[in-house]
Amino acid sequence: MKLLIAVILGFCGASLQAQDADGLIKKVKAKIDLVNNYEADGIMKTNVTFLKVPEAQVKIYFKKPNLLRIKNEKGISFVPKGAVSINLNSIVSGSQYTAIDAGYDNIGSVKTRVIKLLPTDDNADVVLSTLYIDEASLVILKAKTTTRENGSYQLEMIYGKYIGYGLPDKLTFTFNTKDYKLPKGVTFDFDDGSNNQPAQKNKNGKAEISFSNYTINKGVADSIFK
Amino acid sequence: MWRLLQIELFKISKRPRTYIAFIAIAAIVSIFQFAFKADGQSYMDLMMQSAKEEFTFDRVQAINGYFMCYIILNTLLIQVPILVALIAADSISGEANMGTLRLLLSKPVSRTQLIIVKFAAATIFTVFLLLWMAVTALLLSIVIFGTGDMLVFRTKGEDSQIMLITQDDVMWRYYAAFAYATVALTVIAALSLLLSIFAENSIGPIIATVCIVIVCTIISNINVPVIDRNIKPFLFTSYLVGWKGFFYIGTRPDGSTIKGSLENWPAIRKSLLILLAHIGVIVGASVLVFRRKDILS
Repeated sequence: MKLLIAVILGFCGASLQAQDADGLIKKVKAKIDLVNNYEADGIMKTNVTFLKVPEAQVKIYFKKPNLLRIKNEKGISFVPKGAVSINLNSIVSGSQYTAIDAGYDNIGSVKTRVIKLLPTDDNADVVLSTLYIDEASLVILKAKTTTRENGSYQLEMIYGKYIGYGLPDKLTFTFNTKDYKLPKGVTFDFDDGSNNQPAQKNKNGKAEISFSNYTINKGVADSIFK
Repeated sequence: MWRLLQIELFKISKRPRTYIAFIAIAAIVSIFQFAFKADGQSYMDLMMQSAKEEFTFDRVQAINGYFMCYIILNTLLIQVPILVALIAADSISGEANMGTLRLLLSKPVSRTQLIIVKFAAATIFTVFLLLWMAVTALLLSIVIFGTGDMLVFRTKGEDSQIMLITQDDVMWRYYAAFAYATVALTVIAALSLLLSIFAENSIGPIIATVCIVIVCTIISNINVPVIDRNIKPFLFTSYLVGWKGFFYIGTRPDGSTIKGSLENWPAIRKSLLILLAHIGVIVGASVLVFRRKDILS
């Protein structure tokens, strides 16, 4: 009898914890939903083994539900294709996932709640998302996403002035990269005799964006995203 | 000397073959510009390889005048030595062929002076050829395609890289690259001049120069370690593409580029000095050989 009661209480406890996870996600989503659109200035720094590019001054445009554009108005910028996921809306939107509480973890000195999102759709590209949520501020500090086709990526956010809208001051986007090889014999390069040993193959690329001057909910034209 | 140089330049300007080089460059550049205007995206896709699946960037903006000039120079500077040889290899052999060499040397002009003036005239022709390339490949491309940040695709050892140079950091690199190319092509002019001393008509030295350039270029690009170590450093063709060094921008440890920097200036300087040494040795050899040349038989 005691064993039966223990099992029932354990089951109820687990169920309550799952509800808590759902509740927390809903609260975070409600905060993210405050922003219908925004425009911001940014400085983007890309760190990929085969790319040698300068820091770029960019404009970031967002419009609900998941339109995002990073644009270098003065020149060329290489924007990782998965960067659309820096829009957190794309991670927590909809309700086609099961939220599982995975306990607590620290990001720096902040204690965060770890919640795993499992899509209910078997054919969804996202296989698993793990969110590290600051319960006090109701913002996502870190998100890891594993996809079926496009590798894994990770977002780390630092918040400041715009924490009330769930918009970060700085965002680090880590993603998988493939090998880049030019076709043989098309470049006729100058061999300067420097170290020609292959660089260490870092399969991860990183893009850091520092945001400033957010203009929130003032409207963004659809033509920007075309 | 100055009068003699004016006469040499006048003779070069009167030869129809002088203009073949300018027409050939204009034709090649125009074909490139037309092809890239019509379908530059295909070339960009080829160069981007797997990176095009992972990154988005403005491809239309990437095909601009600066990028076009780099692509054209990359191709053209392999053929231009032939065009330089057309004129420089005619310097002495042309005179011998027309029977004017003896007449020329009967004037109060030393053989050393004559060789130096012939070399100076060939160098001036080379400079004009490169200026023409700058006008057609760079300025005309800027007019057609506009300006913008410049992409440089590069293979370094086993690795491939894409470098981006901001548009305000490009022009000085072109000035430096054209200056370097002038020195590089002057080596070809000097070599042609030396070979022309041995011949009675200009076909032989032209073909000989072209053959030497082709063979040495192949050896320079063959990528066999034993050749890389023992032969490549001594071939002038290994340094002809040193102008590209001005487009290899310096980077920080995190991979971000440093505006106004060069990845390896000492290597460029060393290449430049080696080319200048080649010029000195070849022109010196030309003087020595010509001073001993029997022009009576």
